Amino acid sequence: MAFQVMTKNFEAPPVNPSEIFRYAFCGKNPAEDVRILAMASVEEALPVCSYKVCYVRMPIIREEGALDLGFGKIKSEGLYSNLEGCNEAVIFAATIGIGMDRLISKYGRISPSKSVMMQAIGAERIEALCDAFNREIDMEACSEGKGTVFRYSPGYRDFSLTYQRGIFDLLKCNTAIGLSLNDSMLMSPSKSVTAIIGISEDPEQRCSKEKCERCDKKDCEFRFWEKR
Amino acid sequence: MDVREYIKNNITLLDGGMGTLLQAAGLKPGEYPERWNISHSQVIVNLQKAYFDAGSNIVCTNTFGANGLKFEKQELEEIIRAAVSNAKLAREQSKGTQEKFIALDIGPCGKLLKPYGDLEFEDAVTLFKEVVNIGVKSEVDLILIETMNDSYETKAALLAAKEASSLPVFVSNAYGEDSKLMTGASPAAMVAMLEGMHADAIGVNCSLGPNALKPVIREYLKYASVPVLMKPNAGLPKIENGITVFDITPEEFAEEVSSLVGEGLRICGGCCGTTPEYISLLRKKTEGLKPVDTGEKNHTLVSSYTHAVEFCDVPLLIGERINPTGKKRFKQALIENDMDYILTEGISQQDMGVHILDVNVGLPDIDEEDMMRRVVSELQAVINLPLQIDTSNARAMEAGLRIYNGKPLVNSVNGKKESMEAIFPLIQKYGGVAIALTLDENGIPATADGRIEIAKKILNKAKEYGISAKDIVFDPLALTISADGGAALATLESLERIRKELGCYTSLGVSNISFGLPSRDAVNSTFFANALERGLSAAIMNPFSADMLKVYFAHKALHGMDEACETYIDFMTNILPGLCPKEQEKPESAGNAQGGAVSDENDITPLKKAIIKGLKDQAGSVTKGLIGNADPLDIIQSEIIPALDIVGKGYEEKRVYLPQLLMSAEAAKAAFEVIKSAAGVKNENRNTKSTCVIATVAGDIHDIGKNIVKLLLENYGFNVIDLGKDVPSDDIVEAVIKEHAPICGLSALMTTTVPAMHETIVKLREKAPWCRVVVGGAVLNRDYASSIGSDKYAKDAMETVRYAETVDEEK
Repeated sequence: MAFQVMTKNFEAPPVNPSEIFRYAFCGKNPAEDVRILAMASVEEALPVCSYKVCYVRMPIIREEGALDLGFGKIKSEGLYSNLEGCNEAVIFAATIGIGMDRLISKYGRISPSKSVMMQAIGAERIEALCDAFNREIDMEACSEGKGTVFRYSPGYRDFSLTYQRGIFDLLKCNTAIGLSLNDSMLMSPSKSVTAIIGISEDPEQRCSKEKCERCDKKDCEFRFWEKR
Repeated sequence: MDVREYIKNNITLLDGGMGTLLQAAGLKPGEYPERWNISHSQVIVNLQKAYFDAGSNIVCTNTFGANGLKFEKQELEEIIRAAVSNAKLAREQSKGTQEKFIALDIGPCGKLLKPYGDLEFEDAVTLFKEVVNIGVKSEVDLILIETMNDSYETKAALLAAKEASSLPVFVSNAYGEDSKLMTGASPAAMVAMLEGMHADAIGVNCSLGPNALKPVIREYLKYASVPVLMKPNAGLPKIENGITVFDITPEEFAEEVSSLVGEGLRICGGCCGTTPEYISLLRKKTEGLKPVDTGEKNHTLVSSYTHAVEFCDVPLLIGERINPTGKKRFKQALIENDMDYILTEGISQQDMGVHILDVNVGLPDIDEEDMMRRVVSELQAVINLPLQIDTSNARAMEAGLRIYNGKPLVNSVNGKKESMEAIFPLIQKYGGVAIALTLDENGIPATADGRIEIAKKILNKAKEYGISAKDIVFDPLALTISADGGAALATLESLERIRKELGCYTSLGVSNISFGLPSRDAVNSTFFANALERGLSAAIMNPFSADMLKVYFAHKALHGMDEACETYIDFMTNILPGLCPKEQEKPESAGNAQGGAVSDENDITPLKKAIIKGLKDQAGSVTKGLIGNADPLDIIQSEIIPALDIVGKGYEEKRVYLPQLLMSAEAAKAAFEVIKSAAGVKNENRNTKSTCVIATVAGDIHDIGKNIVKLLLENYGFNVIDLGKDVPSDDIVEAVIKEHAPICGLSALMTTTVPAMHETIVKLREKAPWCRVVVGGAVLNRDYASSIGSDKYAKDAMETVRYAETVDEEK
């Protein structure tokens, strides 16, 4: 089977204000001035965002409890069980580019409220990009009579962040979409995601609408917002 | 033959793809192809020989990703030596009769440079130098820096190549569909920077097919005087029946590339998906073609990491506000290392529409070299305007030029031998457009004739350093008319003659003309209008001067430089009103926006209301109104702090959300800023509480949380020493000791950087046992924080403030 890293540019996905409010710790119905701040920030942020994904579809090899997806042996119970019923997986990296980091940094120096808003918009944008990409993979799998499982990223449960290195070597993220990794496994641009989407043999499985519900990180701060 | 000679008179063919062919030969996913130089040397030799056989003049070594980040020193040396020796073997074995050269191939290092990545600019230079040194020892013919998608990394690699060798250097960048590099640079910006640094050929590779890259190549051909190169992909890959195919055939490829040769493209080959067959067809298509003479380009360009600004008939504005001369508040910011203030000065000038920012940080008793490096780095992190490095200290000038991400304006050089010999070598090395003052050892000539003579002398000297006239902008100097009634006339005549007789652009520090006179704005703006009329190309000016801006926009509208008077109307309706503040408006009555925070609205003064509602501008202007009639400390104690407390409590009780808390904090900060500027007071006068040293720990580049903590601590009267992000533990300890700070706040977002936080705490315990350590960040919780030995886990910025207050009270 051919091994070819593909790259793809997406159009800007529609903006979901309530997601932005959630990431900005605004409560469900923010005050008018906060809404104005959010919308002004969106207007400034959208032109600097780009939406790039690089990905490759690989067979899954299982050996003695470990997984091999083409970037070395992975020991992770979480990922192992997530990929149950899958013989292949799409490994991808997505980024909305460095422009958002510049805005976050700029306003971090002169207006932290706007910086928090920019950071929230960045989070909403990259998730929206991942969702858009995920839908394409869903459709591709569907056309083959297959399904997909919840996308899984390094850092989830016991899927160590150190596997980022292998993913970056595999996808050549730097030349493909301008994404790089530092010694602490942080990605630059910061509004970026790497993840694995299992292609399930079960066509009924469709991934990740209910992200929060399926995620194991029960102490995630973004679950709390509804209580505020 | 030197490749520089060869490319002058010949269409030069590069090689084609390597990675895709190695995969076909069995290279595994994720495997480093550079190791194949040793493990599969015959495969590499055969492939490179095939390219020479197909007609390539230049074949690249298989060293795209060979650098010290991926390989240990010894392996790196072995790989590069083997790679060069493979290419040489291929050259020997090929029967092709064309001129053959071997290029040391250098690709991106894989890391992003600071401030958005974690690689220091100088570390990147060192990294590339290591590769260049091995290549030079192995006797390659030239260096090809390729597929670079970040302008700063490109600069580091080119600087390394120039500093570590005298070989020809070709530089090729990878552009996206938007015709920009991943980090935002336009083709013109790259041409400006790379030509300024004397790359021998520049161009474009990878990413897209030849037709898709046409717009980028045309931009290069428009601006570049050096030969332009292109090494595009065979289109886009797709998988058919399990096999990767690219969507442009060898025939189409050769046709598309050779058509660009007709437009002036000089050096061409292929990238991903291309094979010896593509190169062979390209050779046939270009055989016998002579290079099109594209001539010497005459564009005067400066650039930032996103765009180029061109001097032309439409005059440019250079913001002068980043300069301590005559500005008490700015001096104070420099002495206190208050980068936020300096950045705000830059951002607000950008908002006023200036095209270039002047940067002058010279002050007695500060290390200007270090300060220039820091200020340029900080400015270019958040502002994408080209900078004008302004200093009379040659070392500070070099520090600024070296770290600058683009091609700057260099302010200044003059006709004195000493000045030219100090500044021109720097421009020769780092690139830049010089602002050349028409004065010399004998002073400033009183007449235009005298100034033109000096200008000619400067041009001749620049030529000796390979700096062409297009990279010299003359400042014929405005002297005050209060001392010499003919001063303005001499300057105006010089402006016109420099443009007409020498063909060079001009710049002026306009406001000198009125020195010593009352109502200076009237003289300045009239002189500005006169100067524009006589062809002034750029003005160093205060972009908050309404009179100057009125003249500028009116001049453009009158001279057909403003279609439908659009920018004039925009300025008059949207910007000017902000420059001429109306009489202080009464704050509107407290609405429901932050109503949750306010307990008793009847008790609320206008300033309190502005802060509670988070109205930054209003808080500033109300404070301005108060300041003449009230003691600054009283304003702080009875107005600002109580207002902040109302909002702070609202936040703690979950009636106010984070963005609102911050908007109020920013409004309070605006009020403080007014007090600080008016009184020229230092923080001490604010009954300052303890000193807090804060930092995001080493390895971590997230600083939003830390910035919020800083803002709130400052509002509550703490003296905050902000060390920034990714700060080594030793630096934090050093700062705590130096300040004898009772509080240190550390932030970390990632699990991978908590060990750095732990290490910092251990060192603090040992060397600064008096200091309380408060930690925060997404990855932490109470247990985790105590397990690494901190004194306090603060879940948010308000909790940090509360904790700092308890420590402060114990003092």
